[in-house]
Amino acid sequence: MSDKPLVYLVGNPNAGKTTLFNRLAGVRARTGNYPGVTVERRTAAWRAGPHAAELVDLPGTYSLSARSPEEQIAVDALLRDAPAVVVVVLDGTSLERSLYLALQVCETGLPTVVALNMMDEVRASGMDVDVDVLAARLGADVVPVVASRSEGLDALTAAVAARLDEQRLEEERATDTPTDAPTDAPTDVPTDAPTDAPTDTPTDAPTDDRDQAALPSAGEPPAGRPAPPAPVLGAEAEADVEAVARVAADVLKAPPRLARAWALWALLSLDRDDELHDVPAALRAIAQARHEAADAAGRDLDLELVAARYALLDQLISDAVRPGPPKPRLTDRIDAVLVHPVAGLVAFAAVMFVVFESLFRWSEPAIGLIEEGIAASQGWLRGVMTEGPFRDLLTDGVVAGVGNVLVFVPQIALLFLLISFLEDSGYLARVAFVIDRVMKSVGLHGKAFVPLLSGFACAVPAVLATRTIASRKDRLVTMMALPLMSCSARLPIYVLVTATIFPADTRVGVFSVGAVVLFSMYSLSVAATLGAAAVLRRTAVRGPRPTMVLELPPYRLPVLRNLVGTTWDRVKTFLVDAGTIILALTIVLWALLSFPKSADVGARYEAERAAATAALEGEALDERLAALDAAEAGEQLEHSIAGRLGKGIEPAIEPLGMDWRMGVGVLGAFAAREVFISTLGVVFGIGEADEESSPLREQLRDATRRDGSKLMTPLSGVALMVFFVLACQCMSTIAVVRRESGSWKWPALMFGYMTALAYVVTLIVYQTGLALGWGLG
Amino acid sequence: MAHLGELPLGARARVRAIACERPVRRRLLELGVLPGTELEIVRRAPLGDPIELSLRGYRLSLRAEEARTIEVEALSATANEPAAAPARA
Repeated sequence: MSDKPLVYLVGNPNAGKTTLFNRLAGVRARTGNYPGVTVERRTAAWRAGPHAAELVDLPGTYSLSARSPEEQIAVDALLRDAPAVVVVVLDGTSLERSLYLALQVCETGLPTVVALNMMDEVRASGMDVDVDVLAARLGADVVPVVASRSEGLDALTAAVAARLDEQRLEEERATDTPTDAPTDAPTDVPTDAPTDAPTDTPTDAPTDDRDQAALPSAGEPPAGRPAPPAPVLGAEAEADVEAVARVAADVLKAPPRLARAWALWALLSLDRDDELHDVPAALRAIAQARHEAADAAGRDLDLELVAARYALLDQLISDAVRPGPPKPRLTDRIDAVLVHPVAGLVAFAAVMFVVFESLFRWSEPAIGLIEEGIAASQGWLRGVMTEGPFRDLLTDGVVAGVGNVLVFVPQIALLFLLISFLEDSGYLARVAFVIDRVMKSVGLHGKAFVPLLSGFACAVPAVLATRTIASRKDRLVTMMALPLMSCSARLPIYVLVTATIFPADTRVGVFSVGAVVLFSMYSLSVAATLGAAAVLRRTAVRGPRPTMVLELPPYRLPVLRNLVGTTWDRVKTFLVDAGTIILALTIVLWALLSFPKSADVGARYEAERAAATAALEGEALDERLAALDAAEAGEQLEHSIAGRLGKGIEPAIEPLGMDWRMGVGVLGAFAAREVFISTLGVVFGIGEADEESSPLREQLRDATRRDGSKLMTPLSGVALMVFFVLACQCMSTIAVVRRESGSWKWPALMFGYMTALAYVVTLIVYQTGLALGWGLG
Repeated sequence: MAHLGELPLGARARVRAIACERPVRRRLLELGVLPGTELEIVRRAPLGDPIELSLRGYRLSLRAEEARTIEVEALSATANEPAAAPARA
């Protein structure tokens, strides 16, 4: 952390905090992560008048109270980091709700500046806000702003600068005092004689003053500033708060005001099954004891604490805010359509169709360009470098790995542009509102819908999209289940297998067999996803009954710059964090599929090539050489670690209807599911292949097992597709779940349960089919 | 005594008590759903659940399970004064 004074930005979601941050920080914003949680930490070097400060955008929240580590960020930042100034961003159009957070912040006594945002809407509505009354009662500067139009930002900056000026003066006074002291030793380094020094310290620099110098923000307001607000508690609640505050002061070494803030926080946050960390045991114990005593006495301590704040706020609202004339809100008129029982569902479907289309079709040209670029780089490298393992490492390992990362960028960027647009406009909350009924039946949050839907295209952007879900548990369940959605990389496998095992004109009733297969696989994937979510909710991600207490914000026009900024942040974190894992895994996978090489095989094919060159010429020679290359690649693959692994797992996958060649394909498919097909192309010695390639289909149709029976029967084909629906065959998904969940535990669990599920279901399908004699011909 | 889930659309009501589990209850309290707070049932989601409430100048959506735990007294539809100060417990 820098030595520069910290200026923290806090506010409700949808209060325009991010817009304000972007306007103040300009292009200097940096994005990082809070340690241990996957919440973005955005900071920027910022000049407030003569002061160089560090501006930090804290996660949007309605209250400082917390149950999860994510929610805890705000309280830790305010009460532990000793920020120089806190800027509270309020939505001026809904002061009744948003003042609660402002009050909590002001109560701490931290120097606070309130940015009263959306003042254009406030004025347009005819509402009147008395800024001076607000400022006097909150003990804070209050500055009206319109963040989206950069109005009032100079005044806001000046107010923050004035607070920093005061602190600099105070610090100077505090540092002057010790130099006047008669001793030579600096008073703040008593480490030489820890036992004596504190008591020997001259009394003209009292201990309290020094504490304030170290924590300038924790002291009482400077002369001329109104006192921080203090909600009036009943005698019993006051005694509870004081008892907890004494413990907080002791264990957290907090000065009185912060100790009181900790006490209020603890009494409204700590609970038997909260997930908060770094809470001293003594604080937990006293908070719980006080709650239990209150419960036993028939008191409602939670309500007493919150009601005292709202009593103060209601008074403040009635003194400072004069509501405008009642008139229909634009938001209500829009909602009359967008959440109408019939039109609302149509609008919902239309918006989801756009999301779907963007992932499937709009991203297509960019993905094509990236793939072409990668292929061109590989071709160029093959041309300029001499043949050998190093060249292969670069082309098939590094460049292919970079391609495996970049190929996700178009979908991620498009999805996040759309999601940010939906979120900032206010519609994303309505998406949750409209579809929550369906989602909650499997224990998911309404906001899980867009990520799940995106899973049909690709799990990687979909997992990133779970960030819109506020609760960690809801987010974890969603990201653990959604890789079961049948993504577009599975499609080529369905196409290849269907074309291989069924003649093209096969029909089931009036439907083509291809349609029936696709419909079945997609249905299976949806059922598996929802089933997995329901099971995960009751097992690995157990917790209190999930709820959906969600604000439906007014519709607003999104600020383009915020959309682009959010999208760029997501793409950048993906490239840096998940991208490096994907790149590394690609190289490992390449090595597994390439080494060791058999010198015997190499020598034999070298001899055959020499013979062919001597005997043939022209096109015949080229064809023969290509066939030899492909056959050699197949034999070398058999010899590689992956080939041996494929053979090693054959006994395990034989009951699923697969042989070792399929096993190698499955291993190769970790790079991306569609790689299954190109790997099969290599195994079967026919070189490059895709799902449309007839040589591969023919080879597959003719392929036999060791006992001479056909490898690809309708039954084994269906079993293979079922396996691919359910198996976690995608290292990029694993990498991105690692990134978004913050630990390897969750991707490991995901890989484990999906593999087990795939194995068991495929086993049941294949063995049942065998027993009943289905689909063997 | 009625609970929030059984009120018709457009009805206004005053909160009497909130009886859900502590985490949700704390959240509702801090969002301003307190005994004494007046609110209005604005609409139901197209599939019947959740519901949308209007209170303290903003809109909040709640699932039926949560709505059932909020005990209210119905007010006449014409009462349009802003929510009164919450009763102290």
